[in-house]
Amino acid sequence: MRVFDLATTPLRELNSALHTLAPGTNDTNFEVVNPRGSHSVAVGIDQPVVVEVHGSVGYYCAGMNDGGTVTVHGSAGPGVAENMMSGTVVIEGDASQYAGATGRGGLLVIKGNAASRCGISMKGIDIVVQGNIGHMSAFMGQSGHLVVLGNAGEALGDSIYEAKLFVRGEVKSLGADCIEKEMKPKHLKLLADLLEKAGIADARPEEFKRYGSARKLYNFNIDNAEAY
Amino acid sequence: MCGIVGLFLKDKSLEPKLGDMLSDMLVTMTDRGPDSAGIAIYGTPSVGRAKLTVQSAKPAADFAGLEALLKPVDASVTVELKSTHAVIEASSALATAVRELLAQERPDIRVMGSGDSVEIYKEVGLPRDVVSRFGIRAMGGTHGIGHTRMATESAVTTLGAHPFSTGADQCLVHNGSLSNHNNLRRELVREGMTFETQNDSEVAAAYLTAEMAKGKDLGQALTGALDDLDGFFTFVVGTKSGFGVVRDPIACKPAVMAETDQYIAFGSEYRALVNLPGIEGARVWEPEPATVYFWDHEKAA
Repeated sequence: MRVFDLATTPLRELNSALHTLAPGTNDTNFEVVNPRGSHSVAVGIDQPVVVEVHGSVGYYCAGMNDGGTVTVHGSAGPGVAENMMSGTVVIEGDASQYAGATGRGGLLVIKGNAASRCGISMKGIDIVVQGNIGHMSAFMGQSGHLVVLGNAGEALGDSIYEAKLFVRGEVKSLGADCIEKEMKPKHLKLLADLLEKAGIADARPEEFKRYGSARKLYNFNIDNAEAY
Repeated sequence: MCGIVGLFLKDKSLEPKLGDMLSDMLVTMTDRGPDSAGIAIYGTPSVGRAKLTVQSAKPAADFAGLEALLKPVDASVTVELKSTHAVIEASSALATAVRELLAQERPDIRVMGSGDSVEIYKEVGLPRDVVSRFGIRAMGGTHGIGHTRMATESAVTTLGAHPFSTGADQCLVHNGSLSNHNNLRRELVREGMTFETQNDSEVAAAYLTAEMAKGKDLGQALTGALDDLDGFFTFVVGTKSGFGVVRDPIACKPAVMAETDQYIAFGSEYRALVNLPGIEGARVWEPEPATVYFWDHEKAA
């Protein structure tokens, strides 16, 4: 276990240490204390490391994560787990805007609320939010899953492609080309697996509604001009 | 970008440290904008006294013999020089006469702010330097706001720095950019408002001043701003006893707030708040889009 105290150690030492690990090393446990809202904590991980961050972080924490397991015992600023490739990121508190943006894989669990644009342009990431999400979430979501145990803000899934959205609470409004869809047995199974992966025991898949693309806006059609 | 901060104290025992705490918050936000910095501090008003914060590009000439110049109008006037700024205190009844004489005799002096309690200091440069040249850390007060600027909509000048004050004891800091400020400025000019700059944020400040002059409180004026201002904004606003925050409906400009029994604090980022006492146990949240938050010392009392 290596401990980095960001009150006394430059952030670059932490990130360099994460980037210079030899493949197959056993030295994979990291602890970060006093992050005090620092930006870019534990970005660019490409080994199966475990990073425990004690405190709240600023922009872009765990960005581009590829295989690491990062837990923030606090809240996260904008862009947490942005463009994650694989691995797991857990935020014990809240996350600011565009959490999990453009993520291609892996699992992002937010135990509090996520602000606007959660999962914007998601491309394969799975995001599970135990609280509420803000407006314009999953905007142009291409693939992956967004599971929300609370409520969703305005314009959920605007211009969505094939990302699948599951919301247990209220949806303030759906964005262009996003519609409620039937929850089939295969979706209940999928959702049960996602909830289990996220370690959530107190929510049943039957309580959720599913949302996705009406597939009307994939290609420009003059008859749909009003919908853009 | 730009970095903005605000601190509204509930615990009187913290008041002597307001300038110090707010300075720390602003200096932490330096890398959000290096062009200019400014702070407004609301001190405890003295009955019957008015304050005028003024600035000059050539303080040696403009501030020479200033107190003696103003004494014939108000024998009680005092002038405290602070680098490029001076704080003139006068009897409330004679404050207008003092200001008129000042405008006539020293036309190059610019008024940064006026009222019963506010003092406003702003200059081109980094927060660290601005804070130290005006001795902000030693200042006490009840609430204050600060700004460090990355200029987009108008020139990097002292007058283009925030906070903008367009009415007595009112001021505003802004992160964002407005798109309908030219039109709104024309409308406000028609209503009798005057402007010092081509800056969009000054229009927002003047809009709030004009709305409050119509009888609205700060909360109502901020609610009106959501309908009448177009563009990106996170505003933090101070009045003599109040403190308000509002974000536009898109809310892409960052904002974090914290509340404890001792204070309400605002920062563009959480980093700005980490040195505040008791932050570990504070309620920390991101203000909702298109939602007005405001607090008032007088209404709370």
